Amino acid sequence: MERTLSRVLIGNYSELPERLGKTVIIGDKEIAVFKLANGKIRAIENRCPHKGGVLAEGMVSGEHIFCPMHNWKINVNNGQAQAPDEGCVGTYQVEVKNNSVYVLV
Amino acid sequence: MEKQKLILIGNGMAGIRTLEEVLKLEPDTFDITVFGKEPYPNYNRIELSKVLQGDTSVSDITLNEWHWYEDNNIRLYPGETVTRIDKEQKIVYTDKDREESYDQLIIATGSDPVILPLPGIDKEGVTAFRDIKDCEKMVDYSKKYKKAAVIGGGLLGLEAARGLLNLGMEVDVIHLCDSLMERQLDKEAGTLLKEELEEQGMHFLLEKQTSEILGNDHVSGLRFNDGEEIEADLIVMAVGIKPNVALAKESGIEVNRGIVVNDYLETNDPNIFSVGECAEHREMVYGLVAPLYQQAQVLAKRICGMGGDGYQGSVLSTQLKVSGVDVFSTGQIMENEHTKAIKVFDDWRGVYKKIVVEQGKITGAVLFGDTGDGNRLLNLIKKGADVEEYTDTDQNQEAGAGLVADMPDDELICGCNGVTKGTIIEAIETQGLNSVEQVKGCTNASRSCGTCKSLVSDLLEYTLGEEYDENQKETVCGCTTLSKDEVIAEIKEKGMTNTREVMNVLGWKNEEGCAKCKPALNYYLGMLYPTEYEDERESRFVNERLHANIQKDGTFGVIPRMYGGVTNAQDLRKIADVAEKYDVGMIKLTGGQRINLLGVNKQDLPNIWEELDMPSGHAYAKGLRTVKTCVGSEFCRFGTQDSTGLGIRLEKKFEGLSGPHKLKMGVSACPRNCAEGGVKDVGVVGLEGVWEIYVGGNGGTDLRQADLLCKVETGDEVLEWVGAFLQYYRETANYLDRTSVWVEKMGIEHIREVVGNKEKRDELNERMDLALSAIQEPWSEAINNGTLLKDLYEKVNA
Repeated sequence: MERTLSRVLIGNYSELPERLGKTVIIGDKEIAVFKLANGKIRAIENRCPHKGGVLAEGMVSGEHIFCPMHNWKINVNNGQAQAPDEGCVGTYQVEVKNNSVYVLV
Repeated sequence: MEKQKLILIGNGMAGIRTLEEVLKLEPDTFDITVFGKEPYPNYNRIELSKVLQGDTSVSDITLNEWHWYEDNNIRLYPGETVTRIDKEQKIVYTDKDREESYDQLIIATGSDPVILPLPGIDKEGVTAFRDIKDCEKMVDYSKKYKKAAVIGGGLLGLEAARGLLNLGMEVDVIHLCDSLMERQLDKEAGTLLKEELEEQGMHFLLEKQTSEILGNDHVSGLRFNDGEEIEADLIVMAVGIKPNVALAKESGIEVNRGIVVNDYLETNDPNIFSVGECAEHREMVYGLVAPLYQQAQVLAKRICGMGGDGYQGSVLSTQLKVSGVDVFSTGQIMENEHTKAIKVFDDWRGVYKKIVVEQGKITGAVLFGDTGDGNRLLNLIKKGADVEEYTDTDQNQEAGAGLVADMPDDELICGCNGVTKGTIIEAIETQGLNSVEQVKGCTNASRSCGTCKSLVSDLLEYTLGEEYDENQKETVCGCTTLSKDEVIAEIKEKGMTNTREVMNVLGWKNEEGCAKCKPALNYYLGMLYPTEYEDERESRFVNERLHANIQKDGTFGVIPRMYGGVTNAQDLRKIADVAEKYDVGMIKLTGGQRINLLGVNKQDLPNIWEELDMPSGHAYAKGLRTVKTCVGSEFCRFGTQDSTGLGIRLEKKFEGLSGPHKLKMGVSACPRNCAEGGVKDVGVVGLEGVWEIYVGGNGGTDLRQADLLCKVETGDEVLEWVGAFLQYYRETANYLDRTSVWVEKMGIEHIREVVGNKEKRDELNERMDLALSAIQEPWSEAINNGTLLKDLYEKVNA
């Protein structure tokens, strides 16, 4: 069965802080949304595959986020943990229209 | 299917290594139980001499943490000794009245130190050098006593002696033979070693046989069989080890010198195996780590029912783990009528090399002063190479990479941690490693004794070719090839003003840096330009960005400032009110004399700060945290000075100061040192009319006793010296080096010289005052800044 995604407005593009994460709660989901230095917005599950650390509080570097708990490095495009660590977090599609940012869940 | 019961007696390196190998092959086949005499998880025994020499701590040498046993469903009974094995019923019995049945049993009881049966051996103050307990005992003694005597001039004895020297004791080494380490070294090398160690402060009594330990309850000295006597408060027995075979012997298992095993580590009972130092294979008992790991591999295969070639014995090599001395020995080193030797002796440089050749093949080698060839020689011996293979490439620098190229993939490179050539090459290739440090971080190779560093370097060269540059320095992080000093020089020269500019201009490999360099650069820039630099929140670790300590569940801890650990009813009432209103998870007193409110949600932080109306305690900071104080002269009957008052002055002055790492201080009013200044970054101790300032202490990861910086008379002087010390640390330390590490690197003498110079002290304090002038109270700053509140503390509910 195909599941339909819904577009959820999470805020204004200009109001998201650059090179920082934002915790976004949509229903029972907790999502970490990042505005990267190149201006792109990325959204991933706010839960490190290692021990559940809150990724939204991590340090952003390029297209990676460093988990604040034990410094795992996660790619925000595909959710993959970088070697030598192994694991993966869920990713969410993001749409920016005019000044509005939507996450598809 | 029911799991097979596998019991391991002995929670040491060989036994646990076997289990690791078994779990790799058959993760779910066995129900595993481990009994260990010592009350610790498996630790790296060969690193004990480093612990004693102060280079590392007990927690750092743990190989398998407690949770490893849990994660692998292994039942561990630490501090429990197996007393009997019933081979017929297949049951073991312990000294705690436990009985466990087994299908397969591994005996890995290791060795016991040899204790000579001398008269007086039972007196207090005699110890072996074998386990953590012995190490702790020596450290304890070194604090109370001055003179130590080490019986035994072999590897273990010399490492113990070096450790005791580091602990500030005078050390006599007593040896029965006329030459040190006579089993590994010939006369020439033994003599060079003795000269070197004498220069380091060791004193040797060779050809001396101890006949009696003197003293009443406690040892006071030694008497030798020639009648001569020496004084000693501590006697270390380091004459050798013997396989611990008592249990096996009593249980009717065949024992010679060790527990007799065949090539598959089987004893004469089909369900019982033995591995490690207690096992005897082809009449050899091995006391070094590499053979044990090779045995572990073979035994694991056998237990899992896989074949293989079995264990074929090992060629041994040793290296002395004493700083400043390079000694290497391998194979058969004694000359006889059938051998010839290649010898090179350079008395001027203190370099000696001997290679023993028998029937055209290299059989042994001794190296002193320059041990770079060691691993190469060891491998030539292992593969039975002709001597020409060595002599032909002797002058050839490419020899190293060529040598590792010939090794099979399962060849052990790092004996201490059991890392093979294949593992290292895979790590280099798949993880893009290009330095020995990185290989160490990813694979553990060379993390322990360091002997194999040159081999790891060769492997890097072999795998990466010309990309590899072996003369590497300590860089800021993997993003750059520049060191901290070079980066700082560039920042000053080019007047760079933010981290991205630094990364950009200096050609960082990762355009936006990593979690290591971002906060480091942010610190360096702030330290260089205290009044102009704008702190980058995104380059801060979450705790410093949010001014609260993140907890494992994503909630935070709030610690308000309590100067000198002194509080009052009004503050306590506010804390209680806030705790109740925000339903905090736990109210906990900290080690630094403050109160921690735990389990606070991020979005509540600003409100809590506002209602507390107290300054931040900076409990999250790389910078000044607490100044712990004792009660002092105001109330304490022993107090000589107002320690509380001085502590509060220090805390008010340096509050909010950033540093390369956290900074903790303590002020006590008498030598009882209740504020524990001996393990603080700065510890001040008041005596009658004098304040002593201690620096570089650490009570955590890097346990270290603080060094005396100076003695001064007034509180003002304390502030002046501490200010200069801290500023010198801020300006010269690597980011994330605690003062303990920094003091070790710089040397306390040098720091005393700089801070002791009035002119320099004034300059340092001038720059310190400038840094202090730029500090803002972070909690009130956040409360009053709408953008900050929104960007950092609000969550989005969509």
